[in-house]
Amino acid sequence: MKSLAELEAIRNKALGEVAMRANKDGIRIVVGMATCGIAAGARPVMNVFLEELKKRNLNNVNVTMTGCIGVCRLEPVVEVIDSEGNKVTYVKMDAEKAARVVAEHIVNGRVCVDYTIGAEENK
Amino acid sequence: MKDLSLHLIDIIQNSISAKAKNITISLNACTESDNLKIEVADNGVGMDEELLSQVTNPFVTTRTTRKVGLGISLLKASAESTGGSLAVTSVKGEGTTLVADFKIKHIDRLPLGDIGETMVSAILTEPDINFELNLFSNKDSFKFSSFEIKDKLGEVPITQLDIITWIREFINEGVKITFGGVLDEIIS
Repeated sequence: MKSLAELEAIRNKALGEVAMRANKDGIRIVVGMATCGIAAGARPVMNVFLEELKKRNLNNVNVTMTGCIGVCRLEPVVEVIDSEGNKVTYVKMDAEKAARVVAEHIVNGRVCVDYTIGAEENK
Repeated sequence: MKDLSLHLIDIIQNSISAKAKNITISLNACTESDNLKIEVADNGVGMDEELLSQVTNPFVTTRTTRKVGLGISLLKASAESTGGSLAVTSVKGEGTTLVADFKIKHIDRLPLGDIGETMVSAILTEPDINFELNLFSNKDSFKFSSFEIKDKLGEVPITQLDIITWIREFINEGVKITFGGVLDEIIS
């Protein structure tokens, strides 16, 4: 059984890390999770982002969700926003694509062009 | 929707949009009456009577981006397909409560799904909201409160990945303890 003592240990470990990255602005990953997104499979996508970030110890990346941005036919939609506010919109995401976005875009800074809304709209 | 936890995250989003500060989610399984009650209560802006009377209509929404609002109507259809029902009560300025009843043994009753993941996604999106989860069955009960966790954490943010992972596992253990053997799809 998970115990609150365990939470305390995680907290103490985290305390040291918080100080380290306090002034470092991170990347934001925003997953569309309205009815359309959820039904299209947005939650497993969000989960893969969380797992991959944790695996790679990327603590300055924030994962959140948002409502419907109006392109329901392209769900699951994921937006990656860097510290300067530049936004890349990925569409028709799945677990595999999410893992690739973390490896290529988040870690190496190379946008996965073939998953972007621009590539999809030009098909 | 494939499972009830997906419906739940959808309904929680409504409470978030209604600017709720406290959102309480309760799941209550009673084997004697074969009833699973899902309740989402918030202290958001609430609805006036006119909107409330239309709230299960799939062509009514408060958003301006589109003219459809499917969240509540899909949950209603899901509940009714098992012989259950859905009711929404709301007081403008005070908050809204949604209650969905499902017949547990009905073949169309959706599985519970990953409740831990639902709660974690909600917390990640709105860490400032206090989320409470209450689980009851004839067997056991479980309570989670993000407010209590935040209190324990102090200056460490609740959105920290290690903490989020812990919360998810903590909740799913609670689900197993409370509903294992009651809602029989929970085996793993």
